Amino acid sequence: MTAAIEARGLGKQYGRRWALTDCTLSIPAGHVVGLVGPNGAGKTTLINLATGMLTPTTGSIAVLGKKPASDPAQLASVGYVAQDTPTYSGMSVEDHLRFGAHMNPAWDSALAHKRVEQLGLDPKQKAGKLSGGQRAQLALTLAIAKRPQLLMLDEPIASLDPLARREFLQILMEATADQELSVVMSSHLVTDLERVADYLIVLVASRVQIAGEVNSLLATHHLLTGPRRDTASLPAGQQVITESHTDRQSSFVVRSNEPIHDPAISVAGLNLEDLVLAYMGSAKAGSVHPMLEGTR
Amino acid sequence: MIWLSWRQFRVQAVVAGAALVVVAIALLATGPHLASLFDSNGLPTCRTTCSADASNFINQLKGSATELIFYGSTFLLYAVPGLIGIFWGAPLVARELESGTFRLAWNQSVPRARWIAVKLGLVGLAAMATTGLLSLMTSWWASPIYHAAQKAGPNSLSIVDKIAPPLFGATGIAPVGYAAFAFALGVTAGVLIRRTIPAMAVTLVIFAAVQVVMPLLIQPHLIPPVQLTAPFNANTANEIMVDSRGSGPPTMTVVGNLSKPGAWTLSNQTITPSGKVFAGPAASACTSNSAPPQACNNWLNTLHLRQLISYQPASRYWPMQWLELAIYLVLAASLSLLCIWQVRRRRG
Repeated sequence: MTAAIEARGLGKQYGRRWALTDCTLSIPAGHVVGLVGPNGAGKTTLINLATGMLTPTTGSIAVLGKKPASDPAQLASVGYVAQDTPTYSGMSVEDHLRFGAHMNPAWDSALAHKRVEQLGLDPKQKAGKLSGGQRAQLALTLAIAKRPQLLMLDEPIASLDPLARREFLQILMEATADQELSVVMSSHLVTDLERVADYLIVLVASRVQIAGEVNSLLATHHLLTGPRRDTASLPAGQQVITESHTDRQSSFVVRSNEPIHDPAISVAGLNLEDLVLAYMGSAKAGSVHPMLEGTR
Repeated sequence: MIWLSWRQFRVQAVVAGAALVVVAIALLATGPHLASLFDSNGLPTCRTTCSADASNFINQLKGSATELIFYGSTFLLYAVPGLIGIFWGAPLVARELESGTFRLAWNQSVPRARWIAVKLGLVGLAAMATTGLLSLMTSWWASPIYHAAQKAGPNSLSIVDKIAPPLFGATGIAPVGYAAFAFALGVTAGVLIRRTIPAMAVTLVIFAAVQVVMPLLIQPHLIPPVQLTAPFNANTANEIMVDSRGSGPPTMTVVGNLSKPGAWTLSNQTITPSGKVFAGPAASACTSNSAPPQACNNWLNTLHLRQLISYQPASRYWPMQWLELAIYLVLAASLSLLCIWQVRRRRG
């Protein structure tokens, strides 16, 4: 099966600043991928590269096996909801659906109208008069009704209130289940993604820190707590993500494919947020090299 | 794509349509009066009195509403292409870039090169049609004036010579080219500058500059002008001037009566047998208050001066119109290609 997104040595430079560095990824199709990282980490750059809105400075990226935006068929297979969910403020909801119908051969008009009805949007309403949540829903409707294989959403819910967030994610999940969509969704808050993502990419300081299925990430990361000890004294199979020490105690977040049997230390699991925070913290401290060094 | 282009253009189209209707009503209301004035001055049947009839006709127009409409429509034909460039061209892409909607537009199943090409084509054609229609309407309306100018012969008023600016650019098919160019210029400015208001300003400045530079520097020489020369005769000269204000000997400017009615005269010089432009020095016969004027004329006639004029004849009106249209269409097409290329490579 073709990967949803396949990137090799992908990099993007703006002037002297690298917005994305040496990104090698292979995201299998059929996942809801959460792309997490602090503001300015390169999430939007990665999504823009994947939608063909940007061209790479280095490396290459293939989306559903093809160069992004390379031809009408490729464009038709990818749905994209940009940051701030742009819509034409002077055009009505109805006009947006016509826009979608005229611009996309595989447009699912019944689906689009059904969604607009479910959302309770007035078809005559101008998009400029919609609330932020309604506009995001309209943008999502346009992206879904084009019947893509891959849907990319750039911080779609960042500007929404909690209720609108939940509604948005619910509709997104329904569509994913109905249409066998792959989804890539970025956010600077892991809590936004926790409920929906089954695949996670952590992007910090223009580098991919880790990427993988949520289940296996949670199974291979552990919080170790025990008497104070040196990092070097940990077994070779355990990659330290973060460490902290007090006079008597040391705690580590480690990645290990092997079960940990050490009676002197207590082993606990991590939740997704802890895991992401560990990688964000380690990237800041510069202690971990990008991309799972030594564990592959 | 055609639907989208129309949906985003329809407000401007309605405004342009309404403006054309207003102009058409004004022209239709006053056109018959102008034609009847032409008839009542006997111009359709004149044989020997054409010149006088024509100047009567022209004089009757002076200060009337008709004159105002004539100059107004001339002005309009210069203004409309500029307005099209500013209000149709500049916002076409800049507005999308500014509001972020290009991310929506460029991620549908239509490649963006096609998106921009269809928009350029359709709105560009509308721009050309609007200006063409306006030019057609005004030239129908003003045809009695141009007929009268033709019949007036040597006494014709140079203001109604269609071959020369400003009428050349406000008649015929040249305005169609201006509209296409102004529109493409506006779109290009929008694509490159990415902001609507600055793109509008840049469009206005560049278009105005081109409209000044073209008729002044380029248009006169597109087809090599015709040269005509004749001996200068002071007794029939149009102008003899002595200027003694300078510190040296008094200089002179003389202009003979050689002229080409209806033509666009580019230069009119009086030259000495050695080929230099005659500028004096003036003989005492010309400077002295006591000498009779004929003495100065006699002295001038001994110098064997020649008058040399260079002009574009009225018969070149249509070849020059087609040339003008072609030049502006080529410019418009080049700018359009630049736009398509820029939109294709424009990122994020």
